[in-house]
Amino acid sequence: MIVTSRPVPASLAGIASRPGQGPAAFDTPVKIDVNALNFYYGPKRALDGISIQIRANLVTAFIGPSGCGKSTFLRTLNRMNDIIPMTRVEGTVRIDGESIYDAGVDVVHLRRKVGMVFQKSNPFPKSIFENVAYGLRINGLVKSKSEMIDRVEESLRQAAIWDEVKDRLHDSALALSGGQQQRLCIARALAIRPEILLMDEPASALDPIATQRIEELIYELKKQYTIVIVTHNMQQAARVSDFTAFFWLGRLIEFDRTDRIFTAPAEKLTEDYVTGRCG
Amino acid sequence: MRKHADLIFQLVSLSALVIALAALAALVFDIVSDGAGRLSFQFLTNIASRKPEEAGVYHALMGSIWVIALTGALALPIGVAAAIFLEEYGSRSRMARFIELNISNLAAVPSIIYGLLGLGLFVRLMGMGQSVLAGAATLALLALPVVILSTREALRTVPNSIREGSYALGATKWQTIWNQVLPMALPGVLTGLILALSRAVGETAPLITIGALTYIPFAPDGIWSKFTVLPIQVFNWVSRPQPEFKANAAAGILVLMVLLLSMNAIAIVVRDRQQRRGRI
Amino acid sequence: MTTRTLAPRRARGALSLLKGEWIIERALFLCAALSVLTTAGIIAVLAIETYEFLREVPVLDFLTGTEWTPLFSNQKFGVLPLVAGTMLVSSIAMVVALPMGLLSAIYLSEYSPSGFRRVVKPVLEILAGVPTVVYGYFALMFVTPLLQQVFPTLSGFNALSPGLVMGLMILPLVSSLSEDAMRAVPQGLREGSYALGATRMQTALRVVVPAAFSGITAAFILGVSRAIGETMIVAIAAGQQPRLTGNPFVPIETMTAYIVQVSLGDTPQGTLEYRTIFAVGMLLFVMTFSLNLISTWLRERYREEYA
Repeated sequence: MIVTSRPVPASLAGIASRPGQGPAAFDTPVKIDVNALNFYYGPKRALDGISIQIRANLVTAFIGPSGCGKSTFLRTLNRMNDIIPMTRVEGTVRIDGESIYDAGVDVVHLRRKVGMVFQKSNPFPKSIFENVAYGLRINGLVKSKSEMIDRVEESLRQAAIWDEVKDRLHDSALALSGGQQQRLCIARALAIRPEILLMDEPASALDPIATQRIEELIYELKKQYTIVIVTHNMQQAARVSDFTAFFWLGRLIEFDRTDRIFTAPAEKLTEDYVTGRCG
Repeated sequence: MRKHADLIFQLVSLSALVIALAALAALVFDIVSDGAGRLSFQFLTNIASRKPEEAGVYHALMGSIWVIALTGALALPIGVAAAIFLEEYGSRSRMARFIELNISNLAAVPSIIYGLLGLGLFVRLMGMGQSVLAGAATLALLALPVVILSTREALRTVPNSIREGSYALGATKWQTIWNQVLPMALPGVLTGLILALSRAVGETAPLITIGALTYIPFAPDGIWSKFTVLPIQVFNWVSRPQPEFKANAAAGILVLMVLLLSMNAIAIVVRDRQQRRGRI
Repeated sequence: MTTRTLAPRRARGALSLLKGEWIIERALFLCAALSVLTTAGIIAVLAIETYEFLREVPVLDFLTGTEWTPLFSNQKFGVLPLVAGTMLVSSIAMVVALPMGLLSAIYLSEYSPSGFRRVVKPVLEILAGVPTVVYGYFALMFVTPLLQQVFPTLSGFNALSPGLVMGLMILPLVSSLSEDAMRAVPQGLREGSYALGATRMQTALRVVVPAAFSGITAAFILGVSRAIGETMIVAIAAGQQPRLTGNPFVPIETMTAYIVQVSLGDTPQGTLEYRTIFAVGMLLFVMTFSLNLISTWLRERYREEYA
């Protein structure tokens, strides 16, 4: 990475040097290794030659204007795009050194290892308990009822929603507020104990207080999980992430430590975007 | 002048609707006035008889219930499975397109043709005879296009985010469909099924064609039993010259209409209850 | 933290899960394919018996003969009287259903307040859901006596009364499909017409109906197909006398009513008389199936036009 010194936009300088966020390092182990990835919707190329190394137990944020391919790229990491017809992938994605697009790979195993939280909270129209238990049940991860109850509680606690729902576990999940629903979806994803958590604009539909709770949660979760978060909110990327990748028209323009992306970006395009001059 | 023409045209268009609705009112009035006097508890519990005043619809009502229940049991799983395939698995393949075209054409094939199929295939080739099973199998084929079309509509209303949420937890396609998609689509599926069955319960021609008997003095006692159904009993009475039998026919029609209305009421209740449960 | 592998484990659980998915998809496909088998079954059953029938009766005699007396000792197998009966009743039905269905569709689509529409549509659906045996009763017991007061020469069984009632039965189908087609016409076309000072009638008749023409035609054709295949109304109210006539006042017999007549009798299976119902059924199937295909094709066309 070439870092040229540019004037730091005053509005972002303070955010990037937030206390408590230690300098991210390039020497942490690589969890996801993407090499020359192209992605097509039918004949249209949506991602163009993406190469990136995402490091374990850190938060990596994808930013860029809408339609830049950041969500599409996120969805290639757990092969969520497989369910969209007429799509095609070229290049390699390795997780822990294993290529996830190889013929022998079981998508179901992949998705157990790489959990996902969506832009719009999508709880199943069932009880709170059933929402969390579902992943455990279909994957046969628990052997007894008591183990199930323990795992559900553990996941709800991890997602910082246990205290709010412990007395009404068997009420419908749809009765929760938007922010609670989103944390329930995080709990649901954590229940099957993934190693990586993909978050596709997890707070875009939430109010500021609910957003803050999700961000605090992300900060807690990175101790155990490798987190990749897509966001259209640059302040949020600056607040929660260690690394930031900037996408533009299906290309990865720049990838660096978050403080550098926001204070001293190498590319003119990145600077224009983070200072609000374009996009 | 032009304004007058417009008004007259509007009235003429409206009168087409009014005439149709008036005819429906006349139909209901005619049948109620002919048949209501004949309705009684005995009419529901007596079986067919040569004496019109002793005749009842018990055997035919039971026959209708047997046939419709079995028709539903056959058409529901097959129709839902077919709809799932077309909607969730093969919606873009050329084979699925061909099957779709075929289903929409089958929906418009006259019911009596299904009767000929049932006669050739179920009654004779498969040796089911003129049984409840043969009748139900015939009506199930007739009901399938409706069940398939309404199930597909219901599956389409399930948001894709639910499918994605399930896949993201490591669910397979079938686990996703069975645990998440189908339960959400269920009210729509059941409403469609009842709609299809309420059409089947009024079907007469295909059952006559497969040889359901017009005079049969007992209620069915199993799927291999011979049977008759309400509309066939009505047809039988209409065809008799004596006016007393015509009153029986009208009373039989009233029983049939009540059966139809209660099926539709069940459909509405099922849909409302499920919707309320889904919303909490 | 241990690293899990992504490749399917060679354990029985994972493999049988994949295999289960494969089996399920095949089973679902078979259920969907059952509809194709149904069509094939219909064609096979009808074709086999018709073939047997045509080995004894020359096809030309069947299709062009003017006498139909298979149940008498002097057997004649000319199907034209049945076809004529079917055509007569269907024409009367369409004379009712076509203009009334179109007019009510125009009213519902172009004039009616939405509250009125919400009430009337379900009532029209009730009209479509009434069992046909009920319509048969209505034709025989109510409409025929009523008509006899106007036309004293009308016989008890005739083509007129079941034709009118059948028109009433088909009206909702024609109306609702025509309305769909008209509502698919872009609002911009209507606004363009109003902007030129046209009244609602002129807009409806000169802009909307022509623009929805293929959809409306599709509705009519489907209505004709329904009329040709309708059985119980004619079996009850039209009579059982195959007659090559255009006179709506006398008893006739349609193709469908003939099939019912034989099914009710005790004609032994495997005889020539018995096979006649499959030959007549084959003709009926070919007629309705081709009408349905044309209708589907027309509907696809208007969907493409305004997709």
